[in-house]
Amino acid sequence: MIAILTRQVASLFVTLLVVSLLIFTVMDLLPGDPAAIMLGTSATPETLAALRTQMGLDQPLPVRYLAWLAGVFQGDLGQSYTYGVPVAGLMAERLWVTLPLALMAVTLSIAIAVPLGVQAAYRHNGPFDLLAGAISYVSIAVPAFWVGLLLIILFSTTLGWMPAGGFPGWDAGLLAGFQALLLPAVALALPQAGVLTRVSRAAVLEVMNEDFVRTARAKGLGERGAVWRHALPNALIPVVTMIGLQFTFLIAGAVLVENVFNLPGLGRLAYQSLAQRDIIVMQDVVLFFSALVIVMNFVVDLAYLVLDPRLRVPA
Amino acid sequence: MRKKGVLWAASRHALIGAVVALGAGLSAVHAVAAPKTDVSIGMAIEPAGLDPTAAAPVAIGQVTWQNIFEGLTTIDRNGEVQPQLAESWEISEDGKTYTFKLRPDVTFHNGVAFDSAVAKFAIDRARGSDSVNPQKRYFASIEAVETPDPSTLVLKLRQPAGSLLYWLGWPSSVMVEPQSADDNKTTPVGTGPFKFVNWAKGASVQLERNPDYWNEEGAAMLEAATFRFINDPQAQAAALQAGDVDAFPEFGAPELMSSFENHETLETVIGNTELKVVAGMNNARTPFSDKRVRQALMMAVDRSMIVDGAWSGFGTPIGSHYTPNDRGYQDMTGVYPYDPEKAKALLAEAGYPDGFSFTIKAPQMAYAQRTSQILQALFAQVGVTMEIETTEFPAKWVADVLKASDYDMTIVAHAEPMDIDIYARDPYYFNYKNPAFNNVLQRIEATSDPAEQEALYGEAQKILAEDVPALFLFVMPKLGVWNKKLNGLWENEPIPSNVLSEVHWEE
Repeated sequence: MIAILTRQVASLFVTLLVVSLLIFTVMDLLPGDPAAIMLGTSATPETLAALRTQMGLDQPLPVRYLAWLAGVFQGDLGQSYTYGVPVAGLMAERLWVTLPLALMAVTLSIAIAVPLGVQAAYRHNGPFDLLAGAISYVSIAVPAFWVGLLLIILFSTTLGWMPAGGFPGWDAGLLAGFQALLLPAVALALPQAGVLTRVSRAAVLEVMNEDFVRTARAKGLGERGAVWRHALPNALIPVVTMIGLQFTFLIAGAVLVENVFNLPGLGRLAYQSLAQRDIIVMQDVVLFFSALVIVMNFVVDLAYLVLDPRLRVPA
Repeated sequence: MRKKGVLWAASRHALIGAVVALGAGLSAVHAVAAPKTDVSIGMAIEPAGLDPTAAAPVAIGQVTWQNIFEGLTTIDRNGEVQPQLAESWEISEDGKTYTFKLRPDVTFHNGVAFDSAVAKFAIDRARGSDSVNPQKRYFASIEAVETPDPSTLVLKLRQPAGSLLYWLGWPSSVMVEPQSADDNKTTPVGTGPFKFVNWAKGASVQLERNPDYWNEEGAAMLEAATFRFINDPQAQAAALQAGDVDAFPEFGAPELMSSFENHETLETVIGNTELKVVAGMNNARTPFSDKRVRQALMMAVDRSMIVDGAWSGFGTPIGSHYTPNDRGYQDMTGVYPYDPEKAKALLAEAGYPDGFSFTIKAPQMAYAQRTSQILQALFAQVGVTMEIETTEFPAKWVADVLKASDYDMTIVAHAEPMDIDIYARDPYYFNYKNPAFNNVLQRIEATSDPAEQEALYGEAQKILAEDVPALFLFVMPKLGVWNKKLNGLWENEPIPSNVLSEVHWEE
């Protein structure tokens, strides 16, 4: 077990190093000079040169890469060009929006999808299954940002129950923060729930005809008990894999929904810094996303060990 | 069993608490406060730092200029130069010495007194060798800054600069003091009617009233103000409708303006800006190096169709790089009006009877994309084929078009006020070189007589209208949407800004 863990951590580290080099090179290849963007259309060549020196852009590429890497190892992610503050703090602020949002969305998605999927499998090919199928296909097909717009029109501009967007900050109180995140979480959760319903249904359906479920039924357990107590736990591996994928997607890919609800999340920080060529922020955020995907995979692998005792035995 | 009961009681308690809190939260969203003393202003773009003397984006000035920072002079809502931290000035006969009398008893928000030494520091910082001031070129004419006494500042110029007082009113010329100057990017300290409180990155900037403001008449009428940054036009509309913001002085989507018609609490106010939408041509490249081709393309353009199609009918057609806000404005749209037949004839005369093909590098912004599509159709009528290539603004546009001049035609809205001099700059992306035009601009700087300057600005507009270095299309409107009870915001925008000192709520 410890050997597996050590190997996993080592490979995680090497992967991140390669990723960091890749990110740095790609960012450097992007057309656009951050100094020129800051100074606009009237800048003289001397002013540009002065700003490039101030930003450290006049240093050669390898020097800048090593400086960045050394900083990251010491927990110093550098200074944002546009905001003029340390990137670590900026990212932490954004994570306090994005992480709760993703967690709320995943929880909602699970709460909707797993019961729906299991019921659909249990009554497969019946009217409930068809209805669940139709609902999940529609929710997959409808883009999350559009759902967001509809939710705003209904709950904010028409009913006036919810703020139309923005985030007051957790200083404004737990409830205000929760309220600001509720509609976006619903908008994000619906398409995810659609996918997860299909996956849960297929997974449960597959194990439902296995011998151990049949044995459970033969021992006199009702159909419901057989499904919930025997089939579902054994169908969890694909479900957990999908939840892992969805969680990483929700952290990195919620940009459109963040835009509609005007939430200062991590996705919008990535988008803004790309548009402004705030290269340091961009590098740090992409590195974080990469690390997150790698770590999430690791966590999902660990979850397999918990869910399936057979995997715990060394091969 | 007992344990379960306790748990249930506890969770029931929590549940009741949550319901009560939820109710309170919901009604808080609804609540209509008594007389309001604060305002929430929406802006599409978050500023890149809060120091207008260190970066170009107009959003910086739109938050800080006249609210936090002030200049020696200022520019009022009619675009006129007015005294501010300099209460008066004298200009020498030869136009090369400006003697400013500074206002006494002015202090910065951190308590530092404003005097001639501070003013000298601010100007030297802007014109020095390691200056990153985006408008540094406007300080180039200053040879020396002298401070004979604390309330007198003398600027010695190399040559007369007739627009100096105007430039000193710009956001990039505001007064900063030595102790706080380096940190103005994150915590701006100025002399203005509002003090900086907090910047929640990605969300908002908060300001509060400066109780020690030097000018009682110009003091802030509100206690506090918040700028909120909302990029998406749908989200902007929703925030206005829900009352989350009180005003959007520059609403982003003209096609959504009709949704505010006959609104209970909101009104729309259409004004002028300095944003000139022009389709620049590379005057160094064939066939655009031929003046007749540029004139023919200008005659192929129906400006009113562009305003209708691209910006829902809001906006004013222009015939030169000048707006109706600007002093000495003359309507030049009649010089080469829409006339496809004449355009075809002129193209034939220039040697293109069958037209030609070229590419426009159009930024991704809605106005640029829509205008390009209409231009494409209009040019097709005179036999000219235009391909549209979308280019990322600002990064790729700045690199390819502005710096490398690698383009045939492009389209962009020029935001800086009174920037007709860009056609005299060398290098500049139009590659337009006309000694006669440069001469007119030199004569403007050589005189400080306003009437003479206005006449010369007229001449400059005429040269551009006839030479067509760029296709002059329209001035963007200022699409203001705000609460009917909110007074004091500027209707027009002679300089990009959100001046808040006079803003107040109707009783």
